[in-house]
Parts: sequence; structure tokens; C-alpha cells
Amino acid sequence: MTVILTQVVVISGISGILALLLSIANRTIGDYGEMQLVINDEKEYTVDGGDTLLSTLVSEEIFIPSACGGKGSCGYCKVHVTEGGGQFLPTEAGYVTPDEQADGVRLSCQLKVKENIKIDIPEELFNVKQYDYLVTKLDNVTPKIRHLRLELPKEKEINFKPGQYIQILTPTYKDSDEEVYRAYSIASAPSDNHAVELFIGYIPEGICTTYIHQYLTLNDKLTVVGPFGDFYYHQNDREMIMVGVGTGMAPIMSILKFMHEEKIDRKVTFFFGARSGEDLYMMDVLKQMEKAMPNFELKCCLSRPKEEDAWTEDVGRVTDLIDTYVTEGENKEAYLCGSPKVIDAVVEKLFAKGLPEEHIYYDKFE
Amino acid sequence: MIDIHPMVIFFAAIFTNNMILSNFLGMCSFIAVSNEIKTSLSLGQAVTFVLTFTTLLNYVVYHYIMVPLGLEYLRYIVFIIVIAAFVQLVEMIIDRYFQTLYYALGIFLPLITVNCAILGVSLFMVIRDYSLMQSLAFGVGSGLGWTLAIVMLAGIRQRIKKNPLPRGLEGPGITLIITGLMALAFVGFSGMVTIQ
Repeated sequence: MTVILTQVVVISGISGILALLLSIANRTIGDYGEMQLVINDEKEYTVDGGDTLLSTLVSEEIFIPSACGGKGSCGYCKVHVTEGGGQFLPTEAGYVTPDEQADGVRLSCQLKVKENIKIDIPEELFNVKQYDYLVTKLDNVTPKIRHLRLELPKEKEINFKPGQYIQILTPTYKDSDEEVYRAYSIASAPSDNHAVELFIGYIPEGICTTYIHQYLTLNDKLTVVGPFGDFYYHQNDREMIMVGVGTGMAPIMSILKFMHEEKIDRKVTFFFGARSGEDLYMMDVLKQMEKAMPNFELKCCLSRPKEEDAWTEDVGRVTDLIDTYVTEGENKEAYLCGSPKVIDAVVEKLFAKGLPEEHIYYDKFE
Repeated sequence: MIDIHPMVIFFAAIFTNNMILSNFLGMCSFIAVSNEIKTSLSLGQAVTFVLTFTTLLNYVVYHYIMVPLGLEYLRYIVFIIVIAAFVQLVEMIIDRYFQTLYYALGIFLPLITVNCAILGVSLFMVIRDYSLMQSLAFGVGSGLGWTLAIVMLAGIRQRIKKNPLPRGLEGPGITLIITGLMALAFVGFSGMVTIQ
């Protein structure tokens, strides 16, 4: 008995003393004092030095996109550092190309704020906020896709461009012991600025999708940060081609709702692809919009229609729809959303039809 | 206490009892970070530094805490805890006060925590019953020996970088063969000094 006790006491004692030493070291050696952080040459912040740039920015409520949460494994949190920031680190080399490096691009989760620092970030990131949303709607619109509505407290609002996305901070739950951020496109209109609606598909063993489909319930709180993304509506006179597969309908829905509300009367064709009849959703909303917007047309295709679907429209993949209905692409503009494979195939088709590269916008769901 | 002069142990640790080439300890970073002489030299320096001090620390912890309490069998756990904490502390200090060194070593320091040569030296020190001075000589010598081996390997790998190799031998394959040949070459030192 005493032997066991001594071992436990000695091991915990040694670990405890070392931990104490380390935390003292962290307070003294790791304390860099106050630093000046200047963003875009105009906004000045006084911050505590020693932390990574990413977490320093978060503590100032500026949210840089990051999917891995600062582990240096996603490469999304790039910022331009114009002054201070120290030497380029080997841990950044995998994500920052030599050209970017020469331009001052750094991974904000790797470099530490150890001196006064000046950085440049896109203006719209000031708009990015993290809030707790209330889940007020949680419907299964297809066997695999859930339609969520998340509402902000009354006094808060979110301002986004139609087509942008938010990130959900997935809490830990039974099958997952780490918090991760996952991105989902907003499906609601920007005018609805106290809430976001999302379509979330179920991916077996997906950390966030499993949580949304199996653990989340109505009136739960969900932490969301956003908006992000450079996939959004562009105003001009070109005819619009929209392509979405599965949950890829979300950002396109947002753009369509926006055009409907703003009474934008451009010619739009939305090509939507699904597997069978049960995978079609939001059809009533889209049909209503089709009635209200004379220049909007919806074309759906099923890749494997079942007998009970009694499907009389197109059968095949969205690329077949492009083949059939898009004659020439020169004066058109395309918005594509779905899996990388689908988007690559569609981009190839549209190229072949003469649609210029700078007018093809896409959001790959990876 | 065995009666060998610390200087003998020092040279033995470099040549006849080289951590890598005769004990095959610390192979992970030895193979992974031996592409360039420059980086492997930096890693070698970091290993030598950490080895020297953790050996001394572990000596003190072992002989003044664990032996009196009769807890020698817990040395594996305790040594690892001490090494991990020490490396963490060193990283903080270097980060703060030796910026250039931090950029040169930075990424290697955390790697050292799990380098089994470090733990190996502490354990050999106990098994062979070294005194404090002998342990110090053994720690420094092992570190230098490890550095010597990785720098030599990096030199050879740099030379053969452009040479054609059978597909299956590229990377770790040829590296292990080179290591084996180097180990054979080091057998030539045996008999020069004997410490066990």
C-alpha cells in the first residue's frame, strides 16, 4: 500500500513541479508585454505579445478563415504581414508558395506576435463575427439533407453577400473529442439578416455532419463564425448559368432569393442535379420563384430516377444538361457549386462552349 | 561505480558506442532530417544540447529522489516526463532570447522530445552505473556522436541525390543501407576503447 502511495506521490510530485516551472516560465519568459498591431494602416490595437497572430486577432474579434483551428494543417489563415512578424518559419513552407512568401504572405496561426506588427487583411474580414445562434428549424428535406435555420439574438445581425459561407464550430460529442470548424454555404437571403439558413448533407463519419444529423436538436445553441468567401453574386448584364448538385443548391438559393427580392430581371437558368426523386428538395420554393421571375428557369435532372418518381424530365448528370441546353457561352456568366469532381467537369464543358474563365465563379465543397 | 575515466567514456560514446551506429537509437529523426548537411547539423546541435542537460537532470532526479525512495523501476516514466518538460522549457528560452538560434532549431526542438537516443542515454547511465562526471561525458559524447553520424549521412545523401536508384530503394530504403554500411565502418573503431 505505502509503495503504491509513494509512487503516486513521487510521480505526481515530479510532474507537478515541472508543470509549475513551465507555467512560471510561460508567465515570465513567455510574456512579451504589450505590442502594437496595425491593420491595413488604419486600425490600431494594443495586444498582449507572445501569442500566435491568429489567436491575437481572435481576441480582438477579427476572424481569419481557418478550418483546422490553428494547427497549421489547412493553410487557410494566410495574411499579408508588411512589418514585424519575424523570419519565415519552416512550418509555413508547406502552405505558402515562394511567390507568396516574397510578397509577405504568412500563416497567421504559426507566427507569433513578438514585436510591433503591421498586417493587411481584406476589408470584409472586419465584418466577420462569431456569435451563438439558436437552432429554430431542423427539418429533413431529403433522407440525407437537413435544412437548418439558425437565429441570432434580436440586437445582433449578420451582413453577407449572397453566395458566401459561414463556419460552424462543432462542439465535442460522443464520437468526436475535438472542436472543429466546418464551412457551409448560406441559403437564405441577405435581407434576412438576423438568421442564416443552411442545407447540410450527411457524410458518414463526417465530424460536423454527424453532429448536425444525429446530435443537434431544436433550440440548441450553435457557435457560428462568418461570413466568408469570394463566391457571391456579381452585378452585370450577362445571362446567368447556375449549376448545383445536392447541397450545392444552398448558395445558389441565396443568390436567387436576393435577385427575387431586389427584382433583378436577368436571364437565369438553374441546372440542378440529384440522384432520384427523393433527393429533390425546395422544389416548391423554386417553382414559386420561377412563376414570380419571368426570366428564371429551373432545369432538374436525375441520374438514377426510380420507378415511383415517374420522372419525365431529363435523365443524366448536370454536365448532360449543359450539353443539351447551353448553346454558346460567350455572353454568359456561370455560378457553380458542388463537389470538386462535378465542378471540374462542368468548367471543362463551359470552356468548350466559349464561356470566358473570368466569368465562371465556383465554390467547391470539399 | 565503475572505474573508467570520463574522457574514455566521452570518446567511446562518439566512436565505439555511437548511439545510432552501434545502438540504433534515434533513428526516426536520423532518417527524416538527413537530407541536407546544414539542417542535420542544426538538429545535431540541438540533440547534443538537450542530451547533455537531460542526462545531468535525470542523474540528479534518479540518484537523489528515486533511489532513496526505492522507485528505480519507475525511471522510464520519470525520465520521459523530465525530458519533455526540459525541451519545452528550452524552447521557450530560446524563443525569447536567442532568436537566430530559434529559427535554426525551432522546428527540431519538439522533435527531440521523442528522440529515443535521449531516453537511451539516460537509461544507459543507470544501467552502467555512471558517476556524475561519467554521465556528463557520456551525454556530451553521445550527442556529438549522434551529430557526427547524421552529418555524415546527410553528406552521403547529398552526394547521391542525383544518382539513379531502383524505385524501391529511393528514400528510406537507401538511407537504411547507407546507415548499415556506416555502422560496419564504425566496427573498425571497436577495440580502440572499451566501456562495457
